[in-house]
Amino acid sequence: MSENGQRPRTLFDKVWDSHVVRPPANGAPTVLYIDLHLVHEVTSPQAFTTLRERGLKVRRPDRTLATMDHSTPTTPRNELGIILVPDAMAAAQLEVMRRNCEDFDIPLYELGSENQGIVHVIGPEQGLTQPGMTIVCGDSHTSTHGAFGALAFGIGTSEVGHVLATQSLLQERPGSMAVRVDGRLQAGVTAKDIILAVIAEIGIGGGTGHVIEYMGEAIRSLGMEGRMTVCNMSIEGGARAGMVAPDDTTIDYINGRPYAPRGETWDAAVAAWRQLPGDEGATYDREVVLDAADLTPMITYGTNPGMGMRITERVPDPDRLGDLTAKLALDKALNYMGLQPGQSLLGKAVDVVFVGSCTNSRISDLREAARIMRGRKVADSVRMMVVPGSQQVKRQAEAEGLDEVFRAAGAEWREAGCSMCIAMNGDQLQPGQYAVSTSNRNFEGRQGKGGRSFLASPLTAAASAIKGAITDVRSLQGEHA
Amino acid sequence: MEPVTAFSGQIVAMPINDIDTDQIIPARFLKTTDSAGLGKNLFADWRYEVDGTPRADFVLNQPRHAHATVLVAGDNFGCGSSREHAPWALRGAGFRAVVSTSFADIFRNNALQNGLLPLQVDEETQQQLISLAQEDAGTTVAVDLETQTLTLPDGRDVGFPIDGFARHCLLNGIDQLGFLQSLEDDIFAWEESHPARVNTLASA
Ligand code: SF4
Repeated sequence: MSENGQRPRTLFDKVWDSHVVRPPANGAPTVLYIDLHLVHEVTSPQAFTTLRERGLKVRRPDRTLATMDHSTPTTPRNELGIILVPDAMAAAQLEVMRRNCEDFDIPLYELGSENQGIVHVIGPEQGLTQPGMTIVCGDSHTSTHGAFGALAFGIGTSEVGHVLATQSLLQERPGSMAVRVDGRLQAGVTAKDIILAVIAEIGIGGGTGHVIEYMGEAIRSLGMEGRMTVCNMSIEGGARAGMVAPDDTTIDYINGRPYAPRGETWDAAVAAWRQLPGDEGATYDREVVLDAADLTPMITYGTNPGMGMRITERVPDPDRLGDLTAKLALDKALNYMGLQPGQSLLGKAVDVVFVGSCTNSRISDLREAARIMRGRKVADSVRMMVVPGSQQVKRQAEAEGLDEVFRAAGAEWREAGCSMCIAMNGDQLQPGQYAVSTSNRNFEGRQGKGGRSFLASPLTAAASAIKGAITDVRSLQGEHA
Repeated sequence: MEPVTAFSGQIVAMPINDIDTDQIIPARFLKTTDSAGLGKNLFADWRYEVDGTPRADFVLNQPRHAHATVLVAGDNFGCGSSREHAPWALRGAGFRAVVSTSFADIFRNNALQNGLLPLQVDEETQQQLISLAQEDAGTTVAVDLETQTLTLPDGRDVGFPIDGFARHCLLNGIDQLGFLQSLEDDIFAWEESHPARVNTLASA
């Protein structure tokens, strides 16, 4: 791909090209500079150990930010306002994070502090996530930040060490894929339904080796938080990253946030961001087109995010699949889920409803859930947990009285963190339990050993909590649109 | 890092597509701050009963496969989370290579950082190896990274693609961090010509 503008470039091309420290040479792939490195307690300790063993420093602590989110409890604070960590291993891991940040001069959003939260919620919230940047984290859902027109992707712990020490990564240039969603979404259909439909369409390996750019009217009409939901789950389609070209919505969202540029710097930044959208005539290695008008609320029935369907559809029949391995996979999934081929999921009783995770724990997600819950009660048979993505989201929700709506309905209102999305912190399903979850992974045991997850939007989750069973939000009386 | 040399090893088959990293090593084992010691929890939820006793019907628990070092899996191995604990657990349990028709991007990178070879083969070879492993647990393959060949029991050589730089590093025991450090001048030059966009140390 040319760097001199002769050939029309995509958004991805522009961000990639402007971060090349060294082009491929002598058999080595591109060396890419990383603007922002986000760090959390679970995937970083071994990387810091490597740095210590080799006597290395963190090259750019000023481009690094750490938070605590994965193994942190979300239980209410004690009378001193402290969140206690009863699990000794989790406590030790958090202590290691503290010590590493202290020794290497990295800013840390300490458990329970003002700005702490899920790593993919805090970056955008603080205005650190900006268009045109390269952003990495030892976490596959780093793709979330691509909603701003950044190139953001997950890396392993060895690579976390590379970025800590050199602020750079060796990277093969990925392929490009366009996902265009034309038209307008119908009432009750959300960003989460778009991405579940995309993954059902392309399959969980469909994006492997590619960076997806989402485009089209339906994507443009989403707010930033909806775009983050879409980009967040790019990895569930196997993609390296997901991106949306920046526009007024993006710029308005960033403006005034703590780390957003100000004054003249702001004007210069905005001018640069306006140059990022793909050039006229830029092409992609692959293209997928969906019509928003055809989309309905989606739900997963199986044990990976690609096993999703319209909420009104019936569970597919393994015997009708031509491919033997696909049949075996579906058999295994339905067996784990305790579901029958041909079954409708509407009315299927659930035990737990989880609203949270880096996919759907931002203020707009909580507002949507609250709109359904207001004046209604969670079914007696259901435990509903609402877990804000960050302390800031939590405060905002409380300022708007959303916490009261959830509490009055009988839901639990928790502290910020990953919580039942990954079930490392004690928030987990019991074996055999069914959950409707707004998170991103329904893998076996993901939300607790033996637990069975149905992934869906916050609207579907809230409606299902009220009915005690999987419910099409469009069937609820009253306001849902 | 130890250089990766040519080796022969017994194969064991897990003909399941889309084996995700939550299955390879469930999240509750990620509270460790170490990379050693994860092998015993490889595939923990498939391998052990709730009370911790090994499930006799799980392939890796069968004594006849106890010495396997090459895992033959279904398509799209290692999808999901970025946890490097997945290759750590596979290495910890004695595996040196995984055979599949495709690998998730982050898993592939992580495997290469840890001397675990992702051997991408065509479907026919994958299926042949699965049948062979199921018929005879003693089935052995030879893996030569230098020539990028997998030699099947019938003597057939199958090539596998591997990123040239990763291959070079693995063969010579060079780690990528050391290489990146040697590019200090380039990195510094890039920084000089691209002023920082954000400063996380500045109080917001
Ligand atoms: S909320 Fe879930 S997916 Fe997101 S970062 Fe936390 S554990 Fe990962």
